[in-house]
Amino acid sequence: MNLAFSPEDHAFRAEVRSFIKRELPAEIARKTRDGDELTKDDYVNWQRRLAARGWMAPNWPVAHGGTGWNVVQKHIFDEELAFGYAPRQIPFGVVMVAPIIIEFGNDAQKAYYLPRILSSDDWWCQGYSEPGSGSDLASLQTRAVRDGDHYVVNGTKTWITYAQYANLIFCLVRTDPAAQKQRGISFLLIDMTSPGVSVRPIVTIDGGHEINEVHFDAVRVPVENLVGAEGQGWTYAKFLLEHERNSTAGVAASFRLLGHLKELAAQQRVNGKTLIDDERFAEKIASVEIELTALSYAQLRSLASEHAGKTPGAESSFVKIKGTEIQQAITELMMEADGYGALDPATRSALWYFNFRKTSIYAGSNEIQHNIIAKRILGL
Amino acid sequence: MDFSLSSDQLLIKESVDRFVGDAYGAERRRAIVAGNEGFSRDHWRTFASLGWLGIALPESQGGFGGSPVESMILMEAFGRGLVVEPYLPTVVLGGNALAFGGAHGDLLEQMIEGELLLSLAYAEDGSRYDEGLVETRARRDGDDLVIDGKKRGVLFGAVADKLVVSVRTRGLSQDRHGITLVLVDGDAPGVRRRDYRTVDGGRASDVVFSGVRVGPQAIVGELDGGLAILERTLDYGIAALAAEAVGIMSVMHATTVDYLKARTQFGVPIGSFQVLQHRAVDMLMSLEMARSMCYYGTMALSSSESDPQRRRALSATKVQIARSGRYVGQQAIQLHGAIGMTEEYHVGHYFKRMSMIELALGDVDHHLRRYVALGRIEDRAERPPDVAPPVAAESFA
Repeated sequence: MNLAFSPEDHAFRAEVRSFIKRELPAEIARKTRDGDELTKDDYVNWQRRLAARGWMAPNWPVAHGGTGWNVVQKHIFDEELAFGYAPRQIPFGVVMVAPIIIEFGNDAQKAYYLPRILSSDDWWCQGYSEPGSGSDLASLQTRAVRDGDHYVVNGTKTWITYAQYANLIFCLVRTDPAAQKQRGISFLLIDMTSPGVSVRPIVTIDGGHEINEVHFDAVRVPVENLVGAEGQGWTYAKFLLEHERNSTAGVAASFRLLGHLKELAAQQRVNGKTLIDDERFAEKIASVEIELTALSYAQLRSLASEHAGKTPGAESSFVKIKGTEIQQAITELMMEADGYGALDPATRSALWYFNFRKTSIYAGSNEIQHNIIAKRILGL
Repeated sequence: MDFSLSSDQLLIKESVDRFVGDAYGAERRRAIVAGNEGFSRDHWRTFASLGWLGIALPESQGGFGGSPVESMILMEAFGRGLVVEPYLPTVVLGGNALAFGGAHGDLLEQMIEGELLLSLAYAEDGSRYDEGLVETRARRDGDDLVIDGKKRGVLFGAVADKLVVSVRTRGLSQDRHGITLVLVDGDAPGVRRRDYRTVDGGRASDVVFSGVRVGPQAIVGELDGGLAILERTLDYGIAALAAEAVGIMSVMHATTVDYLKARTQFGVPIGSFQVLQHRAVDMLMSLEMARSMCYYGTMALSSSESDPQRRRALSATKVQIARSGRYVGQQAIQLHGAIGMTEEYHVGHYFKRMSMIELALGDVDHHLRRYVALGRIEDRAERPPDVAPPVAAESFA
């Protein structure tokens, strides 16, 4: 048993670190560090640098442009990106739709879409939730009716992150209203520039615009945009959930955020000393840091079992819940640390806190994750 | 990075799992706890014959060259079985203190063969959990030391052949320098004990030393330089308690989930109620966070990092273990309803042991304070630990 990272792992870490140092534009790093909004150009700029190095899609099979890294290397890569203030990976293309196309798509779909994801020619968004279908996703109502070589799509999708940047959306749509509710759902790829697609921005409580509502009014979608078989969309979406591991834990990002919190607390003064030296506040920071350390080890354990060839199970629910709770705890402390500074939107401290309330809601609310663990691990 | 247990470690795990499965159990444990000494000499001989008493000690000290991982494997199983035998005071605390001191290989050999029981006497009325606060004094008399003072909470003090005692040989009660560890025979003239049964099924003693005389060969480590050994010993103790706690929590959780499936009310298993499902999930998450920190703490013992970093890691471990343990234990009782309150049902015994582990070797407040204080002398790096877990990983539930 060797407890440490291997020399090869350390060398790999150094290679990733120097790549980021060399390639990441300083202004993008600054925006990421300060929590400023990144533009589409910022993301694409960075993605193209990753792609040029062959590092755009570590999660893909090598044959399609993946890196062939083992789970430990992927973990190191993610950590270094976070610590190097690289923009977060936009998951919708690389992590969400691509694995479904690779697993269930036909050759023409793979040949067309995958290279365009690698090159950032396409920006994808995800059309799952609807105004009436959140946690009960299978109740979705967006209809796709076959009409010759097309589906005609009508309905509304909502909470769609960066729909304003996207030219493509992958959707769960109902193709058979008579079938049992999961069975009547299909997985459809839709061109956002098609006539009848409209995007309405949704501003969140932090004043930001990340999410949108997308409306489909008799949008004609070629049948070749169906992935896999009609009525199997639910199965594909579930396949993705089971294979999308740890991506919401954000451990490295939380360590980074924690550093931010400590800097903030070191600048504030209370009772003649800095806030970080105030016993009460220092213990609050310590408590969350300890939890984060525990989570980082939980994540490594989960990597270890994946390394040993086990299929990811409900661990992803566990790290989602704990990871988001910790992110939220840190942003709460950022707002607290800032004192009256939190009133001023320019400090962003309260805005971080407001914004991060989303984390326990998105990607399957933490309550739904509890249900998943209760059912799948505990058998309740 | 290699995540697997070695074949030797797997053998240990199999043998201790078998022991806990075959030889322990609520009825037998009850008889042992009620007995005269509060543990089974037969079991202790078994521990010796299976090599468990020397497994984690260095070969240079007569041990079998294992690491804290071996100790972790044993302690987790002991937790699952609620094993009462004095492995913690004798091997983890007493044995490690002697091993770190370096000069008592003959005693360690006896201990490894099962012929010598040890305990550690460090806590005092005024010290609470602070091992650096020592008022028990030892004055020099020629080459001898003469000890006066009182120690409390000495685990299995009544059966300990020798006690490792922290005494002040120089300075004031809070000085880091001037603390010496000395070996005192359990029945030495001037040693007076008050023995009691602990609330969690163990035994402990308060020990008064009145003019107890020991020779220079009784000193463990250096005169006046005992604190570093004591701190390191207690850190090994924390890691061992963490493993025991993980074993205990895993039983409490599994038992609770079984109960939720079996217990019927309103015509349905109560496990079909979402409020109880979520509670059971939160228990599982607490357990898994604790297990992760148990690995982290165990790791930190064998890493080459500096003493303050090691101590800080073990403080973090203890905080998580205690918080997780309190949650899992309280919920295990609550979700069982009144049956969980009964002496007859086993879950309460796990709860009681877990509650005492919470405070043993320092409670949450103590270790949070230590964690913060030690953090000030480190750089405030925000990177996660650059290491992998020590074993692999028992996967999630």
